[in-house]
Amino acid sequence: MILLLTRKRRTLGDVAFDNLNVIGMLVICFVTLYPIWYVLVNSFNDGQDAMSGGIIYWVPRTFSIENYTTVFQNAGIMTAMGITIAKTVLGTVIHVFFTAMVAYAFSRRELIGRNFYMIVGTVTMFFNGGLIPNFLWIRDLGLLDSFGVYIYPAMFSFFDLVIFLAFFREIPDGLEEAAKIDGANDFSIFARIVLPVSMPVVATIALFHGVWQWNDYFTGLLYTNKEVLQPIQTFLYRVIAQSSSNQMVQAVGGAINRRVTGQSLKMATMVITTFPIVIAYPFLQKYFVKGLMIGSLKG
Amino acid sequence: MPVSMDTDTRGHPNPESIAYGRPDAAKRRPFLARLWNQRYLQAMALLGLVWMILFNYIPMYGLILGFKDYIGIGSPLGAPWAGWSHFRAIFEDDQMSQVIKNTLGISLIKLIVGFPIPILFALFLNELRSIRFNRVVQTISYLPHFLSWVILGGILTAWLSDVGIVNDILMGLHLVKEPIFYLGEPQYFWTIAVVSDVWKEFGWGAIIYIAAIAGISPELYEAATIDGAGRFQKMRFVTLPGIRGTISILFILAVSGILNSNFDQILVLKNQVNESASNVIDVYVYQVGISQGRFSYSTAVGLVKSVIALFLLLFANSVTKRINQSSLF
Repeated sequence: MILLLTRKRRTLGDVAFDNLNVIGMLVICFVTLYPIWYVLVNSFNDGQDAMSGGIIYWVPRTFSIENYTTVFQNAGIMTAMGITIAKTVLGTVIHVFFTAMVAYAFSRRELIGRNFYMIVGTVTMFFNGGLIPNFLWIRDLGLLDSFGVYIYPAMFSFFDLVIFLAFFREIPDGLEEAAKIDGANDFSIFARIVLPVSMPVVATIALFHGVWQWNDYFTGLLYTNKEVLQPIQTFLYRVIAQSSSNQMVQAVGGAINRRVTGQSLKMATMVITTFPIVIAYPFLQKYFVKGLMIGSLKG
Repeated sequence: MPVSMDTDTRGHPNPESIAYGRPDAAKRRPFLARLWNQRYLQAMALLGLVWMILFNYIPMYGLILGFKDYIGIGSPLGAPWAGWSHFRAIFEDDQMSQVIKNTLGISLIKLIVGFPIPILFALFLNELRSIRFNRVVQTISYLPHFLSWVILGGILTAWLSDVGIVNDILMGLHLVKEPIFYLGEPQYFWTIAVVSDVWKEFGWGAIIYIAAIAGISPELYEAATIDGAGRFQKMRFVTLPGIRGTISILFILAVSGILNSNFDQILVLKNQVNESASNVIDVYVYQVGISQGRFSYSTAVGLVKSVIALFLLLFANSVTKRINQSSLF
């Protein structure tokens, strides 16, 4: 009784509201997680068994890891996975380093022509050539059917530069001055001093760009025809958009196993494709929340 | 975009450079000496400039393609001029009215349905008593944002197929008699596009509101409690007004993006049977331009879209400025 009295007074309405609110949130969590759970469950179910009818809702009906072993043994899918990993790692490292480097130069007050540089950059946030001129120019640059098409056109973004800029302004000048007196040039000040103290913003941009690189299917669709260059997302797009499960079986080709189906292989590939991101993002949460704030306020 | 004006070349004392401990004398050094002194800095900035010229400005220049007859061979610049003929052709294009209807229709419903949901979610999340539960719900709500549209497209095609989970449930409840192939029926396409978009982005969209709510002074809530305000009254009269500025800015930006249908999403969900409901401007430009090779015409369509979008953005920007001045600061 005493405990009840000393606690903050909650009316009956309050209690009802709180409980309903918690239930509502649980429903939202369920709706968010269930589609992903469904894919996971079906990826671990025997393909033929899933075909035999009925929906597998909660747990695998006939547990099997054959979908995964088939996918992992398939050279085509593994190549696509390799392309995705390569373009994400290389693309993100280069994008972050290059954009941060330009941002650092733009952030220095004594930079001659700073206003000009900023205006040139700001224009790119509002105008662009659009799909067709971009496509033709990339073609004329000779980037079609080359790995570079994933890297060079994505090396830089003025939006990201603005986020870096907001962060670099906060760095105390004394840090750079000291290095300057020691005779360091501006590039090594950037690379050795500024970049290491900017890890929060580096993590934010790396996450945003990394997720984009990992999930992007359109670049592969638009600019490459060679199968060895297609990332996993483009591969999946082709399988899903053609919406025939046989496509998947055909793609997996000769190594086909009788128990797996196009649908079950699709599910396993989807899980493999999504897994790294689902594992990584909760740990990076504190960074992207802050980065999103800066980006939306300044952009 | 704040562009500071401190590159003072006439040698006037610059208060900022004094504040940062840089002697004024540095400003008076000859221009070339200063330039040489910052050669590394200039090299870094120039690399950015070169990239922007190469990947932003040259494609922008490529927009003149809309005024030419380019058939895909040789240099676009050498193609014969076509004047405004491609722009006139837009008005005679039979598919254009359908494309515009789909673009605006899907965007408007996304705006009406998809815009308030993150706000409501943030409001109710804020009312949770357990901080830990609040964090868990938040983290879960971000998850779909990190899935690609290809993955979501894979889930949707599985769920919405005639032997999929949606038909299974609806037939179990006797709401439908025959299984329906939802992605093959144009009348369902807008709903599918809107619902899947909301599912994917509501949690991500709420981040900014959650941060804005966190910035509201606790004293306001205490004062409201003393005045005898209940839960809903506090939500209505303290929290909501506290994030009104954020809401209006995001609303105006959302309005300005109304011609951008979600290209990645539509391209995944679109097929030949639902085309009459799924063909939006961006997808149309892609198909006419890339698949059919009508480069000049689709450039013209894209250019018209960009110009309208730019006006919407400038309009939105000026309204945002006015709102910021009058209601926030």
